[in-house]
Amino acid sequence: MTTRNRDGGGPPPERLVALFALALAVLNFPLLLLWDRPVTVLGLPLLGVALFGVWAALIGLLIWVSERPAAHRRKPRRPLR
Amino acid sequence: MTVLSPSLVLGVSAGYLLVLFAVATFAERRAAQGRSVIGNAWVYALSWAVYCSAWTYFGSVGRAAVGGIWFLPIYLGPLLAMLLAWLVLRKMVRIAQTYRVTSIADFIATRYGKSPALAAVVTLITVIGIVPYIALQVKGVSAGYEVLIGQAEVQRTGVAWWQDGTLAVTLALAAFTIVFGTRHLDLSERHEGMVAAVAFESLVKLGAFLAAGVFVTWGLFDGPADIWARARDVPDLQSLLRLKGATGAGDFGHAQWFALTILSMFSVLLLPRQFQMMVVECVDERHVLRAAWIFSLYLLAINIFVLPIALGGLIHFGPGGANPETFVLSLPLSQNATALALLAYIGGMSAATGMLIVETVAVSTMVCNDLVMPALLRMRVMGAGAGDVTRLLLVIRRVAILAVLLLGYVYFRVAGDVYALVSIGLISFAAVAQFAPALFGGMYWHGGTAAGAMGGLLGGFAVWAYTLLLPSMAKSGWLPGGILDQGPFGIALLAPERLFGITGLDNLTHGLFWSMLVNVTLYVGLSLARAPSGREASQALLFVDVFDRADAAEPQWIFWRGRARLPDLVDLATRLLGRARADKVFRDYAQAVGARDISGITADARLVDHVERQIAGAVGGASARIMVASVVQEEPLGITDVIEILDEASQIRGYARALEEKSRSLEAVMDELRAANDALKSLDQMKDDFMSSVTHELRTPLTSIRALSELMLDVPDMDPDERAEFLRIVVSESQRLSRLVNQVLDMAKMESGHAEWCSTEIDLRELLTDAVHVTAELFRERGAEVVMDLGDDVPRVFADRDRLMQVVLNLLSNAAKFMPDQGGRVTVTLRQEAQALVVGVRDNGPGISADQHGAIFDRFQQAGDPADRPPGTGLGLPISRRIVEHFGGRIWVESAPGEGALFAFSLPLGRQGEGEHEPESPDRG
Repeated sequence: MTTRNRDGGGPPPERLVALFALALAVLNFPLLLLWDRPVTVLGLPLLGVALFGVWAALIGLLIWVSERPAAHRRKPRRPLR
Repeated sequence: MTVLSPSLVLGVSAGYLLVLFAVATFAERRAAQGRSVIGNAWVYALSWAVYCSAWTYFGSVGRAAVGGIWFLPIYLGPLLAMLLAWLVLRKMVRIAQTYRVTSIADFIATRYGKSPALAAVVTLITVIGIVPYIALQVKGVSAGYEVLIGQAEVQRTGVAWWQDGTLAVTLALAAFTIVFGTRHLDLSERHEGMVAAVAFESLVKLGAFLAAGVFVTWGLFDGPADIWARARDVPDLQSLLRLKGATGAGDFGHAQWFALTILSMFSVLLLPRQFQMMVVECVDERHVLRAAWIFSLYLLAINIFVLPIALGGLIHFGPGGANPETFVLSLPLSQNATALALLAYIGGMSAATGMLIVETVAVSTMVCNDLVMPALLRMRVMGAGAGDVTRLLLVIRRVAILAVLLLGYVYFRVAGDVYALVSIGLISFAAVAQFAPALFGGMYWHGGTAAGAMGGLLGGFAVWAYTLLLPSMAKSGWLPGGILDQGPFGIALLAPERLFGITGLDNLTHGLFWSMLVNVTLYVGLSLARAPSGREASQALLFVDVFDRADAAEPQWIFWRGRARLPDLVDLATRLLGRARADKVFRDYAQAVGARDISGITADARLVDHVERQIAGAVGGASARIMVASVVQEEPLGITDVIEILDEASQIRGYARALEEKSRSLEAVMDELRAANDALKSLDQMKDDFMSSVTHELRTPLTSIRALSELMLDVPDMDPDERAEFLRIVVSESQRLSRLVNQVLDMAKMESGHAEWCSTEIDLRELLTDAVHVTAELFRERGAEVVMDLGDDVPRVFADRDRLMQVVLNLLSNAAKFMPDQGGRVTVTLRQEAQALVVGVRDNGPGISADQHGAIFDRFQQAGDPADRPPGTGLGLPISRRIVEHFGGRIWVESAPGEGALFAFSLPLGRQGEGEHEPESPDRG
């Protein structure tokens, strides 16, 4: 499946799956407990800031993976094999 | 608190709907001109934001006010889905566009052998799960309206039903949806105007919510930090931004958090409106890549101000002071910011209307294609000879739209404020999540069967209804509440929210867990219990391996066997698609297969498949299958047929691959031949050059011999001294001639391998000393000095002494030729290197430029300008090279113009006897 998906160009599937696994880990128990402290950042509660920060960071990674110039990617396969 | 007049609010609402009509009309007009406005990733992504319904717009603040960060999993789930969108969603789009899938019911039914029963079940689940959700949107519009005009629920009962603004909005939406959702029976079920309008609505709701957020955060308060600082003074608000309490893991409902995340991850792909926008309305699957992160950013942006608004509202009104769900309206109103309140209301309305329009189109397509059509087919209304049914199809769809919207409205009227409606958002999510195993399993697993899918769907749906829908009804007072506490008939183990005594889960997680467990178990279990039928197996291949196709527009395999007649197929297509579209379908097909015109098309499997897919775009895959089957004579497709067709296809592919390899190897052979030909040509050229050089070299001495001889013949009384001088020249020129001829012969012998070699152990010191003695006279004549630097003791080498002498003499005589007239100096060196002896002859002549270092070892190439170079045959160095190379050595020159030249050759040590085994002349000796 991974190689088949490559025929449309785009980022390598492995990178997206890895990003998904990372997101699943950081957005769930128990890593969420890291931010569950009575602390404020610039006057804002840590938990809210951290959740939105992690969220934005994941989108940033997605943009980075998606929008890298095509030259970095593998060439699409020849259709007939 | 200010209130607005109902007429103003209604007027603005009507104006907004008119703007929607304008946007949609504009987009349709642009599409008709071929300048589509929706063909880019940004509009595509904005259309996905139909995910954010009124439930988001008003409900997120409500959830945040009660549960703090617990509103977030609904948006973090979509983020997870977006991370995989390029892999999963793109595959869904590719499948849908290849097989003309127009709804989620169609998708699942087509995958499992085009089963009409599956399509109907999926449609029923959707209707039951989604209609309450539609009612919730109607309620959102209505509740916002009430807040704006400050009218309470009780007062509305005095208004006649036809004066009800909510009904007016519902009917206006139905009109919009009918106009832009069913304007024509599109082959691909695409709606440019609707997509453009929904994308526009997404911008409006985002802008309105952000405006309200900015107003609350910086207008009402002094920035987010100020809100938080003031929230500390209000009891209970502190805990909103902790996971749950302060004690840690024990209290945090991590199972629920995880369940909500996964649930919304599925919902963002499986809700009918999401499937419609993401899959059916997709213009180009490559847009998925960019739209995925744009949509993620959109969700982030629309949620940024949820917490500030929720906390700000709780601080401003005090706990229980106002309904948190309408904070976004009531906070601006409390500050007399009526324009902003109106804008916020329009934002909420855009969230509701966008969802209503798209959801209705999606659901009505399913109802029409998968419930009504099969029923009509069974009643033979659509059978052969029924005439053009395109109008009938449109009418069915329009009625379905109106029915779905009115059903939502009635549901809202009947159950407006009960628990069943408020909690329906997540319950709807859980209903469509039941599609996940059959849909994603079908995309990645060949083994799934229709029985498995049906079992999973029905089982999962039944458990969903029992554990989620039933309790919500009981809590609304429609069923006796005791069933929740004691279980049905007092059987505690079957209590809907504590099945088999499992406690500790909230009701949503509990229901989701049991329904998905049953769903997946039945899907996998039943699929494994019985091998798939031919049609199931063939559809599985077409879905799972959709990316294997060479051509994006045509399926890789065509699983159909039978006989068909062209007129029957044309007739069927004309009835279902209308004459104009059917004509176009066949004309395009004729062009694609290279037929002269429509009548020239062969009615083969490919045509049947093509027509069936075109019809599927209009009436759904399952109905299309039945209709095509009714006009052709087809053989039932057994699993052996599937294997045969696959075999044939793989044979053809095998032939193609073999052909490709053949042509590739042929190409390689061609390249080799071409290279060989080039080498031969250059050899031929060299031979010609050689011949002309040889004849030229021969002619010069011959000319002078002949001239002098004729002179002596003509002048008998020549002076004896002069005659002697002439004769000496003649002899010398003859010697030069014979030397040249000898060398040419020598060269030719060596090149053909016929040369004679007589190798012995020789001492190079001795050889070099002899050579210098032989040439001593030559150097003395030119006043040159010869220096020898031969080292003390060097090993002997195994070589032909005479040949080596020839090489050394050649190098020495070359040095003599090129040395300056005054102060010439030649140095002869002998050095032992690691595995070789190196002989060097250095002169102080004019030197040789680097670009000629290689050429001088070629035949008849002498360094320098031909005009002023010293006489010579030009064969000395080539012959020397042959000889040295014969003994495994190497000859080279190191020189630069004006610095003299060093000619050197190396002979390898320890090659005793090897030279004797070289291929030699058979007639040797």
